[in-house]
Amino acid sequence: MGDFDGDVILRNLPLLWEGMQLTLLLTLLAMVGGIVLGTLLALARLSGFGPLSFVATSYINFFRSLPLILVIFWFYFLVPLALGRPVGGFYSVLIAFTLFEAAYYAEIIRAGIISVGRGQVAAARALGMRYHQVMGDVVLPQAFRAMTPLLLTQGIILFQDTSLVYVVGLRDFLTTAELIASRDGRLVEMFLFVAGTYFVICFLASRGVRVLQRRMAK
Amino acid sequence: MNYNWDWGVLFRDPHLGWLFEGIAWTLGVALAAWVIAFSLGCVLGIMRTTTSPILRGIATAYVELFRNIPLLVHFFLWFFVVPELLPREAGMWVKREMPLPSFTTAVVALGLYTASRVCEQVRAGIEAVGRGQRNAGRAMGFTEWQTYRYVLLPVAFRIVIPPLTSEFLTIFKNSSLALTIGVIELTAVTRRIEEYTFQGFEAFTAATVIYSVITLTVITLMRRVERRMELPGMGGKR
Repeated sequence: MGDFDGDVILRNLPLLWEGMQLTLLLTLLAMVGGIVLGTLLALARLSGFGPLSFVATSYINFFRSLPLILVIFWFYFLVPLALGRPVGGFYSVLIAFTLFEAAYYAEIIRAGIISVGRGQVAAARALGMRYHQVMGDVVLPQAFRAMTPLLLTQGIILFQDTSLVYVVGLRDFLTTAELIASRDGRLVEMFLFVAGTYFVICFLASRGVRVLQRRMAK
Repeated sequence: MNYNWDWGVLFRDPHLGWLFEGIAWTLGVALAAWVIAFSLGCVLGIMRTTTSPILRGIATAYVELFRNIPLLVHFFLWFFVVPELLPREAGMWVKREMPLPSFTTAVVALGLYTASRVCEQVRAGIEAVGRGQRNAGRAMGFTEWQTYRYVLLPVAFRIVIPPLTSEFLTIFKNSSLALTIGVIELTAVTRRIEEYTFQGFEAFTAATVIYSVITLTVITLMRRVERRMELPGMGGKR
């Protein structure tokens, strides 16, 4: 262990940065997709229409009972088959993350909607607003403001979860580092660097969320 | 979409045997890691609520360290890095002689990681009991330890049954990460069947059904436990 080689990290920084860009892109796209789909699922689950609510609830419980790795494998196998031609691993993985995260986002958003209070809904209805106006103009803006910290925290979890694309060999930050580590025989240096990088990013991000939360509470 | 359905592939030798072995490894990793996660998590969770700043600091540092690094990176750290950092003989022993290296590493990594999550649930449970109870205990002349033992913990542990159930389900699902360091658990088995036979639908459906069934079973079981443990007028549904 006497021969710690920090140089291997510096030499490979451009490659690692490319990996990090893929990680960030995947996180961002899956987060946006997950929140949009999650909002629809939450509204469906809370709707008074039985079958719709049942379908949304089943979707959420189903995805929450599966390991993310299995979902990644499913779509890595399924998407090229469904399209009849090979697509890059990135799109399969993006679909897997979006559909998977939507189930988790839906539960956060549902709690946010419930927290708005029945009085608001009743008042909006009494003013003659239609469903999409009640939700779009009254409930969702308040709900989203209240749950911003939770949505961001889930985003940090998602950022960490994207490292699982390793199982299909997509070159995100972790996979790139692993490839360099085995190529140069520098496992200790690379993995410590990866752990440190993730730690700094996630630690600062969750601190930021906490500051935001405190400011909102005022 | 062209696809040749063949559900029989799951029941043909040796695939059925693989599936059962996969279930056994999944449950083995999950349960063994849960023992570590639960016991360490409870100790850390209590530490985070004590009056001692040193104990609180240690537990907080532990939680921050573990939850800000992805679980998969923890697996790699324990598998590739820790044996190198150990003293020479110990490192050699881990690499050459430790029984079931993949399994043991997976259990340690998953257990220590989940301990940080269990810690947060236990802390929330103790805080939910309320300051009044703690003050009342101390006013009665209980020591801090006695306040925990006879006042706070009996209620807190009932409060945390539902969140700890979902933590257990998380550890059960996260045990699939063990495949990255070579444990042939359920997800790895179905991936292998897909690679050998190209019957991906059947293989992944099998895993999906098995995971869902086990999840449902645990939820049903724990609801029953929760009802059994309920104290009349305390710590129930609020």
